[in-house]
Amino acid sequence: MKRLVIATALVSILAACSSTPSKEQDAASVEDRGAGAPATAPAQKPPAQAGGVTTQPLKPSVVSSNPLKDPANILSKRSIYFELDSNVVKEEFKPVVAAHARYLQQNRGVKMTIQGHADERGSREYNLALGQRRADAVKQAMQLLGAQADQIETISFGEEKPKATGKDEASWAENRRADLAYPND
Amino acid sequence: MIRRFITLAMILLWAGFAPAAVAQLRIEVIGGGATQIPLAIVPFRAEDGLAQKLTPVIAANLARSGLFRMVDAGGMNPVPHEPEQINYPQWKARGADAVVIGAVSKAADGRYDIRFRVLDATRQVQIAGFVYFATEAQLRLTAHKISDVIYEKLTGDSGVFATRITYVVKRGSRYELHVADADGFGAQTVLSSAEPIISPAWSFDGNRLAYVSFEDKKPVVYVQSLLTGERRAVANFRGSNSAPAWSPDGRRLAVTLTRDGNSQIFLINADGSGAPQRLTQSSAIDTEANFAPDGQSILFTSDRGGGPQIYRVSVNGGAAQRVTFDGSYNVSPRHSPDGKSFTFIQRNGGRFNVAIQDIASRQLQVLSDGGIDESPSFAPNGKTILYATEVRGRGILAAVSSDGRIKQRFTADVGDVREPAWSPVVNK
Repeated sequence: MKRLVIATALVSILAACSSTPSKEQDAASVEDRGAGAPATAPAQKPPAQAGGVTTQPLKPSVVSSNPLKDPANILSKRSIYFELDSNVVKEEFKPVVAAHARYLQQNRGVKMTIQGHADERGSREYNLALGQRRADAVKQAMQLLGAQADQIETISFGEEKPKATGKDEASWAENRRADLAYPND
Repeated sequence: MIRRFITLAMILLWAGFAPAAVAQLRIEVIGGGATQIPLAIVPFRAEDGLAQKLTPVIAANLARSGLFRMVDAGGMNPVPHEPEQINYPQWKARGADAVVIGAVSKAADGRYDIRFRVLDATRQVQIAGFVYFATEAQLRLTAHKISDVIYEKLTGDSGVFATRITYVVKRGSRYELHVADADGFGAQTVLSSAEPIISPAWSFDGNRLAYVSFEDKKPVVYVQSLLTGERRAVANFRGSNSAPAWSPDGRRLAVTLTRDGNSQIFLINADGSGAPQRLTQSSAIDTEANFAPDGQSILFTSDRGGGPQIYRVSVNGGAAQRVTFDGSYNVSPRHSPDGKSFTFIQRNGGRFNVAIQDIASRQLQVLSDGGIDESPSFAPNGKTILYATEVRGRGILAAVSSDGRIKQRFTADVGDVREPAWSPVVNK
């Protein structure tokens, strides 16, 4: 968790740094044009200019305060992949599940949907139920880690929303998954 | 060879009749019945002037069934339209066992008067004769009804040419639920959505469709009237709602709900009123319910024993009995109209094919060989099974006779076609 906070802070600083120079360049270009065109009205000059010094008001940070959408935050990871005919949450995806469970635990008012998926082979309705079973497995894991049952609705898209459309194992593997969705995604 | 030529000719004839720029399904026939009835169909008097000629539709229907062989009806002088004009020995000499003749005229009320007769060339007697009154818009349907009469008189089974099918078309990113004539013509879009539509199921009276729509970003079961277009969400509970199946009386639906946790089968009222009544009790997946024609029991798919197999349960609940034992993956059961057998999908070594099992003897036959076959359903006469398959990565519909001999393939102009279901109503 500490690492997350630091990461978020770093991103904020970086974003702030990158926005400052671009504002200065904007101001400079306005000034240049003013100098090259004698008929320009004084109102076009930057407001607080005196003795070659330019000031700019501080712009608010543009960094999102939403950890769910911060690419550096593990909470932005939303897909958990499964083996064929399996609804076991693999070791590599446990940190993602744990992070979302903690987020729900710390934000009791937040609700989410887990959308299960299956690959295209076989019956659409049975695949819908297989996707549901995957979503339910993720929900169970999150409940064990502190999320409340009423915070999570599990549904299934079965084979109807493939991420990859190829007819090979690599594509099918991408389609055997559970996606985590929050209301404002 | 001759048979093959005739089939090809029929396909060409068929293609010529498809109106341009409309996404129609076209049907190609592979294989044929063990014995085919040689039949001559004489063009009806005055049908040339019609917007829709009748005899080409009738001939295509009957040829497509695989049970008839078309005998050339050209070059007779005079061309017979009335029984007294028939020269039976001439038809016998051409090899015809039966001859169809007819005539079209204008009735007093402005409709068409269409009369036809089926004649037995061997016994030299009329075996059927009917008159239809039809508007221009009803000409195709009339041709289908005439085909049904000929089929029934000559094979002993009721015809299914004047019936309808439904299926889902994926066109780009859109999904359309279509209702079309059994020959793929006259397709109408009854629902169009940006989200998937699956599992359409006909009510036994053919007036309503239940289906699963994902328009609310989750599976919800809807019932839609085909008469008024009115639709209603009938199962929209927490979790997934899917796999609707009609009770024969049209009052109830079996659906798969996950509101209590795992996928289980519930009975609900077809208007969505009241509380769902749980029918199956397992900790596994129970889904894909299908009512027996007597309404007393339900076949369904369950993986309670490990892999998915087909089980039967009484509509009053209680213990379920496993009915499939051959293979590790048997899904999507659908009863035959007489309730004596069921069709389903069986996986064998990574290939998914349509199979049929006799309920009393448990004898099983694999009918199709597509390898990626899904969603089988019976024609209302029980003689043909419609299903979805893929050719070169694109979804198409196909059909196979319940004895496995005759195979048909429906090809569409555009889009991916899937999730077919044949209306249970014989005469629409």
